[in-house]
Amino acid sequence: MISKYVPSVSSFSNDIDSLIWLVTVIVGFWFFLAEGVLLYLIIRYTAQDGVKAKYIAGEDPKEKRWVAWPHYLTLGFDVWIIVAAIQVWQNVKQTMPQADETVRVIAQQWAWTFVHPGADGKLDTSDDIRLVDELHVEKGKTYHFELNSRDVLHSFSVPVFRLKQDIIPGRTIRGWFKATQTGHYDIQCTEICGIGHALMPARIIIETTEDHAAWVMSKTPASASLTVPSTQVGGMP
Amino acid sequence: MSSTATATKHEDHGHDSHGHGPDAHAHHPEQNFFMKYLWSTDHKIIGMQYLFTGMFMALIGGFTVYAFRMQQAFPGMSIPGYGRVTATDYNALVTTHGSVMIFWVAMPVLIAALGNYLIPLMIGCDDMVFPRLNRLSYQIFLVSVIVLIASFFVEGGAFGGAWTSYPPLSAKAQYNLTPLGAPMWLFAVALEFAAFLMGGINFVTTVMNSRAPGMKMFDVPIVVWSIIIASILFMASVGPLIAGAVMMLFDQTLGTAFFDPNKGGDPVLWQHLFWFFGHPEVYVVMLPAMGIVAEVIATFSRKKLFAYKTVLYTMIGTGALSFFVWAHHQFIAGIDPRMANIFSVTTLLISIPVAEMLFVYIATLYGGSIRLTTPMLWALAFIGEFLLGGVTGIFLGSSGADIYFHDTYFVLAHFHYTFFPIAFIAVFAAMTYWFPKMFGRYMNEAWGKVHFWGTIVSFNFIFIPLFLLGARGDHRRIFDYTHFPDLMKPGMQDLRILATLSLVVLLSFQVIFLVNFFLSMVKGEKAPANPWKSNTLEWVAPSPPPHGNFPEGLPTVHRGPYEYSHPDRQDDYWPQNAS
Amino acid sequence: MSSFPRPIATTRSVTGISTGKLAVWWLIASEIVIFGGVLGSYLMHRIGHPEWASQAAHTNTVFGAVNTFVLLTSSLFAVMAHQAADQKDGKKAAKFLYLTTLGAVIFLIIKSVEWTGEIQHGFTITSHTFWSFYYTAAGIHGVHVIVGAIIMLVIANDARKGIDLQRVEAVGLYWHFVDIVWIFLFPLLYIAK
Repeated sequence: MISKYVPSVSSFSNDIDSLIWLVTVIVGFWFFLAEGVLLYLIIRYTAQDGVKAKYIAGEDPKEKRWVAWPHYLTLGFDVWIIVAAIQVWQNVKQTMPQADETVRVIAQQWAWTFVHPGADGKLDTSDDIRLVDELHVEKGKTYHFELNSRDVLHSFSVPVFRLKQDIIPGRTIRGWFKATQTGHYDIQCTEICGIGHALMPARIIIETTEDHAAWVMSKTPASASLTVPSTQVGGMP
Repeated sequence: MSSTATATKHEDHGHDSHGHGPDAHAHHPEQNFFMKYLWSTDHKIIGMQYLFTGMFMALIGGFTVYAFRMQQAFPGMSIPGYGRVTATDYNALVTTHGSVMIFWVAMPVLIAALGNYLIPLMIGCDDMVFPRLNRLSYQIFLVSVIVLIASFFVEGGAFGGAWTSYPPLSAKAQYNLTPLGAPMWLFAVALEFAAFLMGGINFVTTVMNSRAPGMKMFDVPIVVWSIIIASILFMASVGPLIAGAVMMLFDQTLGTAFFDPNKGGDPVLWQHLFWFFGHPEVYVVMLPAMGIVAEVIATFSRKKLFAYKTVLYTMIGTGALSFFVWAHHQFIAGIDPRMANIFSVTTLLISIPVAEMLFVYIATLYGGSIRLTTPMLWALAFIGEFLLGGVTGIFLGSSGADIYFHDTYFVLAHFHYTFFPIAFIAVFAAMTYWFPKMFGRYMNEAWGKVHFWGTIVSFNFIFIPLFLLGARGDHRRIFDYTHFPDLMKPGMQDLRILATLSLVVLLSFQVIFLVNFFLSMVKGEKAPANPWKSNTLEWVAPSPPPHGNFPEGLPTVHRGPYEYSHPDRQDDYWPQNAS
Repeated sequence: MSSFPRPIATTRSVTGISTGKLAVWWLIASEIVIFGGVLGSYLMHRIGHPEWASQAAHTNTVFGAVNTFVLLTSSLFAVMAHQAADQKDGKKAAKFLYLTTLGAVIFLIIKSVEWTGEIQHGFTITSHTFWSFYYTAAGIHGVHVIVGAIIMLVIANDARKGIDLQRVEAVGLYWHFVDIVWIFLFPLLYIAK
């Protein structure tokens, strides 16, 4: 449903879409049923001359079941949704699969800085690649991200990943994602961060292994490129 | 009147021997305009003061939304009646719209105006127990309005950090660039809370202690119960935010660091304090709306309210549960992710009592003799529209789905499908229903229906597009989407324009309401004391009720409020006070 | 003030509790949540930052203890004022209320001396978040003490003339609450080191 409009390109985005679909079906059924009953009753019991309304207190269990049964059904469906929701949540937010690489995201009023680990695959080394407003990742690799803010709250949102996480100054918040398709997509800041809140667009660029390695090479200073570990190069044909 | 026992005795004789109405007037021989309308302690006048102030603030809230929606649909355009909306303006307008509609429209109209006007009338007494506290409450509220409006004109302009006012953005002028606007906004909110705390204490004490003789707990009309439960919710939840507001004011003005992470503070603390209040607040305004709908539906379907006690218990249940759901606003705010599981469960559980209230109202219609008057249309529309607001909440309460929907237009459309029915649809039901009581005249029915259909249709055409936009990734509080290629795909701007144009239509239909309201006040057909043949006590008093409410003597209650179409009776209604 | 005509509503008492007293209970209920917010926030910070103890070490426990004693004594006078009011002895009730107010004044004087010293030593509201909480929590409490003292003076003046004696009990309730808040503040701000 969502993926018709917003591509689904992370390992968990399909799970979130399915959860949304499940909720849509359940609440959609209830919504239309309730609206239908409401409309039916309005039409059926519009005032007619000489017809007096029924006198029903609704305190008798026999009458009350008309409310009680929907009540228990709501509870049942709630439990169903909760179980599904928590499964997805735990997968996305509570577990951290082994990382292939870690990137750092630094937000500030009003720009993003993305620190890529560079050819050595490690952050805080001389070959780190810092880019403003552009995050390059490789398809199929599991990334951990570290979120930092220099000033106020921001939120790191990648709609195509179905991923969102607020960023709090003074803390480092970690999470993960794994892209499943290549392409260029939006990164948004989804927490109001001042007058330039709308001026924090960034792009995520998901590349194939080859393209990504080429990009890393192109951004690596000549001196550092000599130290490229063989494992990284090994992936290239 | 020195002790309770003698006081009660005095009262018992009070309405028999020397009725209160004339007695009270004796103390106010010179009732000039100022004393009568601006310095009054009469609960009805104070209710009207709140009502008219709330209506005025709704115009501000409506104007701000007009300006920023136009900017969003037509970025960069000079908006007729406003001019160009800059990014700074946009944030200030959004913030003002949100805070005004919640704190200065929904709260004063639903709780303060209706509570003040209806409670003494519906429980059969002559005034609130503390009339002067009541007057003070309105005066403090008025000051809060003035402070808020003044903040538009100070250097740096009005606060633009959203109605949730998250620090560090809101706490430091270097970030929000509104050195005066931010503290003034906060101060106005704090004053408003103080006013409603006084009002709340007054309401609760009045209903506990001053009910008409014979009025037992389960004879109290649901709308009174709902306002009382809402007031208690408010009193029990607002404290932490008042404390937080003091801390935030010190951060803004003295330079303390309660919420500054660089100096040992914690910005997330504010979110907890805010939402610990903020979520019960949703129910603080929802419950009175539900109460109004109960009254209107029972009256116009000529039916006893289905399962009175169930409604009452679900209201109390909703109120109690609402203290345990606040962190669902913070699923992705950086709190411990394990907390999301707990709050996801509580959030979905709260759907049960709320759904049950709606089931009960629908069940009340069964076997009724439904009259589709304007107030009834509004009440039925409330159920229909609120249902959509309710079910879309399930998406957001499900932690997994909230990762995607959080802070998108889906959230916005969801809570407008709850707040618009609460603050406008239910309020229109109330205003059209109690208008004959308030002003002694009927509102024009035909224009009322024009206003109804125009509002309801355009309302849906505003927010259904916004649901779709939210699902497609539109995030909130963005003054210009052209910087986001994925959000400028074909059709998306069209949906934004559709929503905005529908808003303009909705706003223009409100002119019909205002004209109808004020014209009917002077020109409407005269209404009798009980025009809708209702049971509750306010219809016993003349329309409009004089100072002291019941010139014939305060009523005594013999039965519950919803004895419509009783089989033993010729009439299809049975007033609570009829012997 | 007392010339204001009271509505019948004020004189009714369905619960059997006088209206004024009922209102004070609700006031206290909402105040508990306000102080709960301040103290809850403080406690969360304190638990998260054990190193604040070094700041708390500079608070003066002696001042705090003396003030606790002053407030407890004043609460005792409030009880005696209530007893006198129950016996319809307005003059005696007023006398005890004046004594309670005196307790409030002494409390405030000690507080000012204490704060002046602390500020002179550089422990201001902005010097550390511990001190921010210290001044904010005690300051909000101090405002309650000042307001309570003013209300007690007004009520004592009425009680002296035998007017509205039922208010003596209500203000006494409020005063006990202010006292109890201090009983929480004292260990949290002074003793926990």
